[in-house]
Amino acid sequence: MTEKIKVENLYKVFGKNPSAAIKLLKSGSSKEELLRHHKLAVGINNVSFEINEGEFLVVMGLSGSGKSTLIRCLNRLIEPTAGKVFIDGIDITTLSEEALRQKRLSKFGMVFQRFALFPHRTVLKNTEYGLEVQGVEPAVRRQKAEEALDLVGLKGWEESYPAQLSGGMQQRVGLARALALDPDILLMDEAFSALDPLIRREMQDELLALQGRVNKTIVFITHDLDEALKLGDKIIIMRDGAIVQAGTPEEILTNPADEYVEKFIEDVDVSKILTAESVMHKASAVTFPKDGPKTTLHKMKEVGLSNILVVDKDRRLMGIVSAEAASKLSRDNEKSLESIIDEDVPSVLPSASLQELFAFENFPVAVVDEQKRLKGLVVRGALLAAMAERRISG
Amino acid sequence: MTVTIPKFPLGKGIEAIIDFFTDHFAFITKGISKVAGASIDALVNGMLAVPPWLMILFFAGLALWLSGRRIALFTLGGLLFIWNLGLWAPTVSTIALVLIATLVAVTLGVPIGILAALFPGVNRITMPILDFMQTMPAFVYLIPAIPFFGLGPVSAIFSTVIFAMPPAIRLTALGIKQVPEELIEAADAFGSTRKQKLLKLQLPLAAPTIMAGVNQTIMLSLSMVVIAAMIGAGGLGGEVWKAIQRLKPGMGFEAGLGVVIVAIILDRITQKITSRKSVNL
Repeated sequence: MTEKIKVENLYKVFGKNPSAAIKLLKSGSSKEELLRHHKLAVGINNVSFEINEGEFLVVMGLSGSGKSTLIRCLNRLIEPTAGKVFIDGIDITTLSEEALRQKRLSKFGMVFQRFALFPHRTVLKNTEYGLEVQGVEPAVRRQKAEEALDLVGLKGWEESYPAQLSGGMQQRVGLARALALDPDILLMDEAFSALDPLIRREMQDELLALQGRVNKTIVFITHDLDEALKLGDKIIIMRDGAIVQAGTPEEILTNPADEYVEKFIEDVDVSKILTAESVMHKASAVTFPKDGPKTTLHKMKEVGLSNILVVDKDRRLMGIVSAEAASKLSRDNEKSLESIIDEDVPSVLPSASLQELFAFENFPVAVVDEQKRLKGLVVRGALLAAMAERRISG
Repeated sequence: MTVTIPKFPLGKGIEAIIDFFTDHFAFITKGISKVAGASIDALVNGMLAVPPWLMILFFAGLALWLSGRRIALFTLGGLLFIWNLGLWAPTVSTIALVLIATLVAVTLGVPIGILAALFPGVNRITMPILDFMQTMPAFVYLIPAIPFFGLGPVSAIFSTVIFAMPPAIRLTALGIKQVPEELIEAADAFGSTRKQKLLKLQLPLAAPTIMAGVNQTIMLSLSMVVIAAMIGAGGLGGEVWKAIQRLKPGMGFEAGLGVVIVAIILDRITQKITSRKSVNL
């Protein structure tokens, strides 16, 4: 994977003589001291991170934690005070105004919390805006804008004005406006925060589906952990302009860096976030159809189970065999298991949530990948243990 | 014992400056005056060459197209009444003066307003000047106009432009500054140039406010053109001025009513354009 965005020791200080503040910050002064004694407000305090191409990064934090400032430093809508921001290896903090404008044109699409649609333009004209600025031919930009609108499900609304649309639809236009440019990077500043919960969930699902198709590098700002966990490949949690923790959703859930993060994750419904993959056991004992009933019984005895999964030579799940059926077969002196394989075995994908797992009545549940290859299995005990563990540490 | 403090020579100073300008630049201003005077005459004569009924129908049609039936009917009735009162010629010359003054004021005022909105420095300089222009009694502008341009319509337009330009500047600047910051940010994020931002975003969104400024400029032009009758602007103001000198209240009232009718027509038409433009916002 190639590195798309790299941020190195980024600072943003608001006020007069901000560069003096950097020295003070580096020598250990706190944000409060700077504000009280020097009238300088620290927006970003020594932030570094990387994002790979096609990755979905969520930056999370309470309001005032610097996340909106951070996203604006990536395309220099806000001028960083110190530090470097590399986009495709080019440090954009050193670019001239014109070169920066070109970069914004070619690399970035941005979606805003309060939509920021142009009220005097139709939906189509709004979507065309970026292309128009680029100087694309009217026919071409119309076609691209229509494609983008189609992508966000707004076909047929081209000639409406933003004021005639609902909030959710307006934000779809905002998204289409950003997508029409086919940018490498999508910057989304609390893009769904102004929407009501139902529409919001719908938009999240659509964004994920869309990401599957267009595969952009996305930087998404939110103050909502559920949203962050749902969307992010990687999450950065910010506080007072600094990064408190960075990691995958599971890393953050299972291993919160400090009390601040713990507080955040307290209210998260773990059963929706933890996946089958995280609680499954390795399927240490499986049997193959060529194994006779005796071997199978022996394997079960070894691990102390009353049933065992059957896989073929590529570890593709075939079914399950119970000890009872196997011993009957053994008594009858049958050599092949084929006749007693119960193909009706519950199975889930590794990404299935615990909530989905709880829906099963029969355990173990097999965890298989898309090619039906066995990855592991979840027993009821492990499921409950995972829940209990999270309760205690949370 | 009385101490006399010598009077600060403000008036003398101003006079010296104006004298200096008239002595050295009068040939330019008088030249402008000749050209402008001739074109104003041509416009007025042109409008008078058309039979009044045709002209009235034209104005009514314009009102119908720009703003609607009610205003069109009022225009038709009002102008017919003015014609009936025998005030057609002075009305035409007043309308011509207002149109020219407004055109000049808007052509100068809107760009200045744009500059003031975009550059804080320009704003700091223009705003106090505008305050000065608007609070100075309108009559005062008439005096220096005479040495520069001589008696007549050109002087009238000069002082009218000075008097009527401030709202065009102010409301243009206001309209542009009122464009929400987040829209500007969005335009920036998509890599717009300054010019693109101005033409695609700021001016279209400021248009209703700018039109309100134009409306104000027209109304102020009309009132100033009437006052400028004192320096020979003619028109309906000239009729009022004559009525004052001859102490004829009836004649004064008739001409005054003519001004009112013209004012209402101009105001309603331009207001309708403003509100129509803002429907989609």
